[in-house]
Amino acid sequence: MRFIEPHAHMVSRTTDDYLSLATAGCEAVCEPAFWAGFDRGSVEGFEDYFNQLTAHEPLRAAKFGLPHFTWLCLNPKEAEDLKLAAEVIEIIPKFLDRPNVLGIGEIGLNRNSRNELKAFEMQVDLAARYRQLILVHTPHLEDKLKGTRLIIDALKSDRRIAPERVIIDHVEEHTIALALDAGFWAGMTLYPESKCTAARAIDMIEAYGPERLWMNSACDWGVSVPLAVPRAALEMRRRGHSAAAVDRMLYGNPAKFLGQSPKFKLAAD
Amino acid sequence: MLAAVGSFLNSMTRRQVLDLYFVEARSKLVDVAAFLDRAQRADGADDFRLRSFRAALNQLNAGIPDRARRVLESLSDPTLKPIEVAGNKSACGAWEGAKATKMKSKG
Repeated sequence: MRFIEPHAHMVSRTTDDYLSLATAGCEAVCEPAFWAGFDRGSVEGFEDYFNQLTAHEPLRAAKFGLPHFTWLCLNPKEAEDLKLAAEVIEIIPKFLDRPNVLGIGEIGLNRNSRNELKAFEMQVDLAARYRQLILVHTPHLEDKLKGTRLIIDALKSDRRIAPERVIIDHVEEHTIALALDAGFWAGMTLYPESKCTAARAIDMIEAYGPERLWMNSACDWGVSVPLAVPRAALEMRRRGHSAAAVDRMLYGNPAKFLGQSPKFKLAAD
Repeated sequence: MLAAVGSFLNSMTRRQVLDLYFVEARSKLVDVAAFLDRAQRADGADDFRLRSFRAALNQLNAGIPDRARRVLESLSDPTLKPIEVAGNKSACGAWEGAKATKMKSKG
């Protein structure tokens, strides 16, 4: 079995997790920028983080033969301070040419506030101006439905944005159709306590078909499972899905979306 | 809404679904029952989370498909207007209501 982990916060994980991923058949890992669990106090803090994502983490992954790709942004949990947000967004372009940067992400909303939405729109504009792919974080729990609607409205109102170059991540049963119907890709995050289980993710694949869907672990410093994606493959096989169907969901689909960036290269390429 | 394409992969019979998932679902059902017992035994009043939880339970036995979607929707903020300020970073799992959201965002 081969798979791509399209959303993992490896800076928060141990080196053992890289070993586990590589052993399980992972062929690439992709790391969106996110919240560290605390608010960074300065633009220099973000600059250090972007350097970590674009210079240090690829070396850590390479020790296990894993290509490491990343997405850069100001995450929505730190968007309430719009002055700092604007300063952070201003430094992002100087990192966009680095070889492992795939696009802008994970941008989005957290509590659905006005400033979060402004910071989101600023970063959609950044992505449009620099012709970058976009990876979108949708809010948690009771905020997800409203946030997904606001996000999709904002994306659709910007005529420069091609839906097929945007993935709306962390969809669940009440938001998946919103993303797919509007022409976006949709990501299903496999978490033990929130978002969705492997069984539910596979239910959604069966209900909506395999087009424009991927699964990810979004493993980070919280309760999460770096091997959630290969475990979902086992769940697909338990249901009787073919090896080809599993390969499409775990490898083909993420490769198709991510391959829209010319920087996304796999060892087999 | 996109048409369901249930024929893509799902070839399990109902018997196979039950063989694969019944015991797991039973376990989760008992967990829900135990949670409600625990909450009932505890001192104090219900809050909006428990009321929302009970309302969501009604979706399960209605005999209508798309239960997961409807449960999630019943726990969701249905409004479309952004809140003024994100007073905290964490969602709690159920929507407290428009008035409470407005007050929180001010705080």
